[in-house]
Amino acid sequence: MDLFFDTLFNGMAIGSVLVLAALGLAVVFGLMGVINMAHGELMMIGAYTTFVVQNLVKNGPLEFLFPIYILVAIPIAFLVSGLVGLLLEKTVIRRLYGRPLETLLATWGVSLILQQFVRSVSTAFALGLVLAVAVGLLVPRLLPARWGRQRWAPLLDLGRWLLAALLGIGLASLLGGVRVLDQPWFSARNIDVTAPRWLRGSIDLGALNMPVARLFILALTALALLAVVWFLQKSVWGMRIRAVTQNRAMSDCLGIPTERVDALTFLVGSGLAGVAGVAVTLLGSVGPNLGGNYIVDCFMVVVLGGVGKLLGTVVAALGIGILSYVIGSGSLLLVWPAMPSALNALVSFFATTSMAKVLVFALIVLFLQFRPAGLFPQKGRMVEA
Amino acid sequence: MAELFSTRTLGRWLPWLLIVLAALLLPVLLPPFRLNLLGRFLALGIAALGIDLIWGFTGLLSLGQGIFFALGGYALGMHLQLQALQPGQLPEFFSLYGVKALPAFWQPFHSALFTLFAIWLIPALVAGVLGYLVFRNRIKGVYFSILTQAALLVFFNFFNGQQKLINGTNGLKTDTARILGQLAGSDGMQRNLFWLTLVLVIGAFLLCRWLTGGRFGDALIAIRDDEPRLRFTGYNPTAYKTVVFAVAGALAGISGALYTVQSGIVSPQYMAVPFSIEMVIWVAVGGRGTLIGAVLGAVLINYAKSLVSEALPETWLFIQGGLFLLVVTALPDGLVGWWRSGGPGRIRAMVGWPAPAATYPELDLDPAVQAEKTEWQGGGR
Repeated sequence: MDLFFDTLFNGMAIGSVLVLAALGLAVVFGLMGVINMAHGELMMIGAYTTFVVQNLVKNGPLEFLFPIYILVAIPIAFLVSGLVGLLLEKTVIRRLYGRPLETLLATWGVSLILQQFVRSVSTAFALGLVLAVAVGLLVPRLLPARWGRQRWAPLLDLGRWLLAALLGIGLASLLGGVRVLDQPWFSARNIDVTAPRWLRGSIDLGALNMPVARLFILALTALALLAVVWFLQKSVWGMRIRAVTQNRAMSDCLGIPTERVDALTFLVGSGLAGVAGVAVTLLGSVGPNLGGNYIVDCFMVVVLGGVGKLLGTVVAALGIGILSYVIGSGSLLLVWPAMPSALNALVSFFATTSMAKVLVFALIVLFLQFRPAGLFPQKGRMVEA
Repeated sequence: MAELFSTRTLGRWLPWLLIVLAALLLPVLLPPFRLNLLGRFLALGIAALGIDLIWGFTGLLSLGQGIFFALGGYALGMHLQLQALQPGQLPEFFSLYGVKALPAFWQPFHSALFTLFAIWLIPALVAGVLGYLVFRNRIKGVYFSILTQAALLVFFNFFNGQQKLINGTNGLKTDTARILGQLAGSDGMQRNLFWLTLVLVIGAFLLCRWLTGGRFGDALIAIRDDEPRLRFTGYNPTAYKTVVFAVAGALAGISGALYTVQSGIVSPQYMAVPFSIEMVIWVAVGGRGTLIGAVLGAVLINYAKSLVSEALPETWLFIQGGLFLLVVTALPDGLVGWWRSGGPGRIRAMVGWPAPAATYPELDLDPAVQAEKTEWQGGGR
């Protein structure tokens, strides 16, 4: 019995992180059909936001906030990741609606840029970037308006962004000579977030040992889930999002601002990634590569659950979590010590975290052979499901 | 004689002349290190050709070509590990993990002939089985991409975790093995491998051109553009997709084997998620749906990568990310596609020398047309 609860708790703990990480993706992918490969990097931004908030409150006048800084970091991370996501939607994804494979490649490019940005951003770098963007945006206002109508206007656009990039790089390398400005903010090393004391211990219930951080993540996941369900089902904008998902053209005709709905959906999805990033910092040190560790898992969760179904996402994530733990810990051997030696060898072969992942993913791929649309498929009569 | 120099015949034999010239001159001109790099990148071009077949022509975006690439590499790597040994000896790394007997699946790799087939046949079979299962269920589009990525992760974790079977993270080294009596890492052998790679790239290119030229190619393009319609016409897309996916797998395997002997190691890093996505971007930059574009893209981007990484290592990811964005938003047909669809002509027109219309050149000279043009372009005063 202890083993059962132990498995259930640890499995749920793994699964709840997956739910939280995949929730934003379920919103973006499920409702908008956008493949956001930069989702993991939005989580990373959330994690780094937590780190920054922690450093701000650690020493100085705000020190009294330290015990609850994680709670403060959650909305801030939501906002920061959400705004980065919004920027992404406005600049890149907007041009690519209806072309999912192109979106996939473009967002992968964004994820690379974000990773390297976190590694190499310094004050000099940031100032150079600001200058480049400012020049790029301001130049057309300074030029005569009729130049924009010339046949060589596209070349002018190219030229101004080249100029902006050159000026930005120039300023960055000029300021890079100053040691203080050249210091990277985060560098490529992993960062550690110190959890406040009340999140560090664990609660013992007989044989079951529950770390408080895991419980906190479970609670956070439940809250986030409730909030998303409430938002989609009860709020006005949630209703609009669902309407646009079901029939974009008709929603447009009825006066729903579809572009704003798209932007809002993306903002919410990205913000949820930021919240997941806060949770991940409690599990260990995080680095620029954080996103890569989660992105494939998140997509598997969403696909297994059935695209566009939040319930499916939750069931799939918890299922994957429990299954991974059962296989990875080899606890089947404890339940059935007398199993035949061939089976025993097989179970112990897969009883590591990475081999458990091999088996779980292979099982998912196999499962999708029988239920291609996942656990909870969308019903429809289209030829193209 | 004049016939020989007409534009059409020139266009036909000039590329071949250039290739032969390059094959003869490059080993002399380039230092061994650069030649070796070029050989590696040409080898990657073969994998890119495979991706062009499945993505550019058939519309299947596979993010798991690294599986087949690494399988080909491992097949050759295992053979080279075994070849250097006396009978009864085990490759050195096995002793680190206390393995006493050679695992059964290593046995056939003693044979060079078996290895020669395994390099492309094993990846093709794996691709065929995986592809058949996925295509039979009509999984397509992004779901196919995600599934191939998941499969990639399965293989990566497996190879990465199995020290006792395949030396795990460390991979297999091929530098010190001997190929036909010559050290694999030596300059002479590497030059031979460069030529071999060049021949195989051309072979793969011709194979792909033959595949995409005829009815088979038409069916592939039909699958890309409107699969249900092809199905309703009475074709079975599953068979076509499975075959083309297997061919792409085989090409990736050959590519991986060539890359392995030229870089001296095969490791699970060849199955890392980013590497397989990088392969896609070579094709996208070169021009999907154009075979020459795939090879060009692979060579160009990798050369750029090695040059940039030598000079400014931090900037490469920015450049690569920017390339992804640029290709998707501004150059959807890649460089070759842009060239063929009259891109240079458009640039020329922008700066004021529009190319004359091909069909009715006299139209361009008509004063009325000229006047209308200048008006439309915003005055031009």
